[in-house]
Amino acid sequence: MTPADIRIEILDILSDIAPDEDLSGLKDDVAFREQLELDSMDFLDIVMELRKRHRVQVPEADYKELASMQSTVDYLTPLMKDL
Amino acid sequence: MIAPSAQPLPDNQRIVITGIGLTAPNGNSLRELRESLLAGRSGVSKYEIRYFGETLAGVCNFDALRHQAKKEVRRGTRAGSVGIFCAQEAVLDSGLDWNNVDRSRVGIYVGVTEHGNVETENEIYQIKQFDYDTKVWSHHHNPRTVANNPAGEVALNMEITGPHYTIGAACAAGNAGLIQGAQMLRLNECDLALAGGVSESIHTFGIFASFSSQGALATHEDPTKASRPFDTQRNGIVVAEGGCMYTLERLDDAKARGAKIYGELVGYAMNTDATDFVLPNPERQAQCVALALQRAGLAAEEIDIVSTHATGTGQGDAQECIALRSVFGQSAKTYFNNTKSFIGHSMGAAGALELAGNLLAFDDGVVHATINVDELDAQCALPGLVLNQPREVGGVRYILNNSFGMLGINSVVIIKKY
Repeated sequence: MTPADIRIEILDILSDIAPDEDLSGLKDDVAFREQLELDSMDFLDIVMELRKRHRVQVPEADYKELASMQSTVDYLTPLMKDL
Repeated sequence: MIAPSAQPLPDNQRIVITGIGLTAPNGNSLRELRESLLAGRSGVSKYEIRYFGETLAGVCNFDALRHQAKKEVRRGTRAGSVGIFCAQEAVLDSGLDWNNVDRSRVGIYVGVTEHGNVETENEIYQIKQFDYDTKVWSHHHNPRTVANNPAGEVALNMEITGPHYTIGAACAAGNAGLIQGAQMLRLNECDLALAGGVSESIHTFGIFASFSSQGALATHEDPTKASRPFDTQRNGIVVAEGGCMYTLERLDDAKARGAKIYGELVGYAMNTDATDFVLPNPERQAQCVALALQRAGLAAEEIDIVSTHATGTGQGDAQECIALRSVFGQSAKTYFNNTKSFIGHSMGAAGALELAGNLLAFDDGVVHATINVDELDAQCALPGLVLNQPREVGGVRYILNNSFGMLGINSVVIIKKY
């Protein structure tokens, strides 16, 4: 997957996790939590969906990498480049 | 407690119903349910569920998003959504100035037959797709399956900080929820009780499969004819979802705010068969009914309507009729009906929902029927059984509501017209 594909996939996951939110104006360089009502259980859903959809394992020590769209895509690009 | 001698109670010990919110397979409000019951409208339809396949069920179509955000629905359980819808509607119906209600003095008492089966089955199904890798088992599983979940979701949604819990009481749970609410009001543990019962049971294949294995799951080519208590051709239970929550208040509080009062809880009883896992014991059921009458200071002849529990099983219906005959055998003016014949068995909601179906008889003087009785089973031929068509009986002052469950749990409530 390309970084652009990964971004689309994360948006799709977010639309499931936060179905009441308008994601059209999401800023990639701003933390999700500053733009969306997401709590720790929601972040675990992102991790779970990556595991279920793509068998990508995000270790707990790396959860901080999922803070914003940009950091998430950067983190996942090497992990998902061959998917 | 309700005085055994039935001495007049002070208003701060008298418990009244001031609001009702419900969802049933044939109506999403008290008025809709009543209209369906008087019109003979069934809520049972064809239904298909994972593994078990095609069957029949009572399915609710309330709008969960009326009181919940999409995310809340996703996070929570169906039982939670049912509870929230019913509790919110009950508060709206009560006319309470909710924004100024002290939420720390509100208690939530939700009867459930079972809870957690739906979510556990969903997770097992999920991990099966991943060769039983438990790493894909959801972190939402525990908050969804804790036994207090349906009541806790109501608390979260309505920002209620008083006590909340569920009352696990098999199919006696709806009445048990009401009774618990009344007791807590009398003990001054809360000033407003949101009390009743909910069921999400149609979303677990296990309940269908288990009733089927027991030979107790109804089948019929016409879904609307499948739930047929007291009929010779009855062949089991139609599982239904549903919910009904009441706002209960002490009479002095209700009077002070000029509340509309649907009726007063003047008697109740719960007891236990202690004889079998599933087979009911008519002697204990009769004792439960008699105890509720005694506590209300009433003779059996004074009850206008008995809302029966009968579920459409061969033995269960006949056993309840033995119990009722022993208590009401000499009562010429008592009528009997059955709401499950319309909506199926809504499990944890049944007691609360079936009572609600009868409450407007205080206003319209009509006893809704038990439908689908083409050939009355002689074992179930109670003299006052209202068959197939509603009956106008004039003044209705007392309704007695039966609700019984597995492991021999029995519950009875008596509501008086206010």
